[in-house]
Amino acid sequence: MPDETKSPPPPPTGEPKGPAGAPNAPSVEPVPAKKPGDPAATTDPAAPAAPPKPAPPTAAKPAEPAGGHTPAPPAKPAGPAAVAWDSEMVCKLKGQYGSGIGEASTYLGQNYMVVDSSLIPEILHVLRDQEEFDYCVDITALHYPQREKQFDVIWILYSFARNQRIRVKTLIADGEIVPSAVKIWPTANWLEREVYDMFGIRFDGHPDLKRILLPDGWKGHPLRKDYGIIQQDNEWVQINLGIESGQ
Amino acid sequence: MADATKNVSHLELGDTDKTFLDSNELIINMGPQHPATHGVLRVILRLDGEKVLGTECVIGYLHRGVEKIAENRTYAMFNPYVDRMDYVAAVSNGLGYCEAVEKLLNLEAPPRANYIRVILTELNRLASHMLWLGTHALDIGAITPLFYTFRDREEILKIFEKYCGARLTTHAFRIGGCLYETYEGFEQDVTKFLKFVTPKIDEYEELLTTNRIWVERTRNVGMLSAKDCIALGVTGPVLRASGVKWDLRKAQPYAAYPDFEFEIPTGQNGDTYDRYLVRMQEMRQSLRIIEQAVGKIPEGPIMAKVPKVIKPPVGEIYHSIEAPKGELGYFIVSDGSTQPYRVRVRPPSFVNLQALEQMVRGQLVADVIAVIGTLDIVLGEVDR
Repeated sequence: MPDETKSPPPPPTGEPKGPAGAPNAPSVEPVPAKKPGDPAATTDPAAPAAPPKPAPPTAAKPAEPAGGHTPAPPAKPAGPAAVAWDSEMVCKLKGQYGSGIGEASTYLGQNYMVVDSSLIPEILHVLRDQEEFDYCVDITALHYPQREKQFDVIWILYSFARNQRIRVKTLIADGEIVPSAVKIWPTANWLEREVYDMFGIRFDGHPDLKRILLPDGWKGHPLRKDYGIIQQDNEWVQINLGIESGQ
Repeated sequence: MADATKNVSHLELGDTDKTFLDSNELIINMGPQHPATHGVLRVILRLDGEKVLGTECVIGYLHRGVEKIAENRTYAMFNPYVDRMDYVAAVSNGLGYCEAVEKLLNLEAPPRANYIRVILTELNRLASHMLWLGTHALDIGAITPLFYTFRDREEILKIFEKYCGARLTTHAFRIGGCLYETYEGFEQDVTKFLKFVTPKIDEYEELLTTNRIWVERTRNVGMLSAKDCIALGVTGPVLRASGVKWDLRKAQPYAAYPDFEFEIPTGQNGDTYDRYLVRMQEMRQSLRIIEQAVGKIPEGPIMAKVPKVIKPPVGEIYHSIEAPKGELGYFIVSDGSTQPYRVRVRPPSFVNLQALEQMVRGQLVADVIAVIGTLDIVLGEVDR
């Protein structure tokens, strides 16, 4: 066994020192929204040293990171840009629902579309029944606290017939209720419960919407950005575990 | 104790008083500390005598908030954490994560790294299936296979240990390729292992495939039709045993898989016995892949040109691989900083476990044990 130690391990690819005090401040990151004056540079002290060119030259738009006030149009991604997703299906849906279907793009070869939250159960039904997206891979959410509509809810769908995966995304405000997809795909049951548990997003029509990973009486939804990494429900810990703190 | 139960149970315990009086219904609690639940899974069973009327899984005992941790680590720092989800198939977890980040960075691991990745991942699939077989058989009452499979799995772990110094949570890959070059004698070790293990798999089959007790305990137990599998999002060997020929290694190939010939074994009945057969076949197919790969590992670098500071451009990616348990997906959102904005893990065990209710309803209590075994869940991954 002496043979495998021959190469003194260099530091693993990324550099370990990282942004030093970051673990405690999860919510300072900028949102990848359309803010022109971006505070990107402030978040990582380690950054300026390295030339900021993470992406190969594909569509290299040098504008994004440093260029202070370029009124960066709707384009979100910096390196390989998202291109419009043209397909028969998107055209058809756009024809049918008009402006309810927002952005439909392809990024890094993956298709996604943003739809209005009022269309939600319907469009998922259509995708399953007419477009053969019969397998709901995952349901998840994203939290952007600075945005008016704070949450993205995302359905990742797969079609066995087409061997294709798409993402359907909708934007909702805090407290807004999303229709449940359990009737469309039974697998949504636990997935929605997890989204509820982690983000506090409620699903209307879910047969049994309650926490799944955290205990029932827990307060707070940990994957929200305003929930700290070491935060916990002290009261719950005290009552149920009989200790002052779990830390 | 009764209080604690009350907190979590959704099957109103108040009702039990009533049911005690006017029916044969009985609610019993299985787990979380129970050897046959493969970790800390708690199942509340509603029984009529031996018959299962309904189940409810209570999970989360092993929740560590992996997704939250990810948001507070750099991309490279989070890499070892993924090993702790499905800890019996850590190499697969690492492969999925590294590939997802590579996609986000729009780069590819070099061919040599991909070959090493495939060999180790397939070895890990074997190890995972062996552990499944041993424990599953043990649950059903056959003790011997456990010793056989653990003996042979040890050889795989030895290869891992020689390669990267760790046996279980290997952290074998890095974003952009592999950190370690193969050690001297790696190919020979793997070839020797292939020779060693091929007859062993026949040996396991000899013990079980036509064993009358085994067949009685598994055939027509925990049936799940292809349609139900898809509706419930069940993937992996469980889906294939129901007759759906779908494997991400073929459907949406990644790493070096397009270079190799292998079959996708399927079953017909979707019962516990078929799932057993499918996994046995998969072990043989894994051996086939390793055999092809180990003979022609290309020369060249093992690491792509990865920037010192990993800062993927703003964007999001979903990448999934065929882990031993099913589709393991990573949905990663980058905000252009050094830390992921969000990492969502799509765990196969979590989604597959949801099918338990449907598989055991109307069956016997003893079958619940068989079905938990056949789903091949790892609670580290279910709870994350």
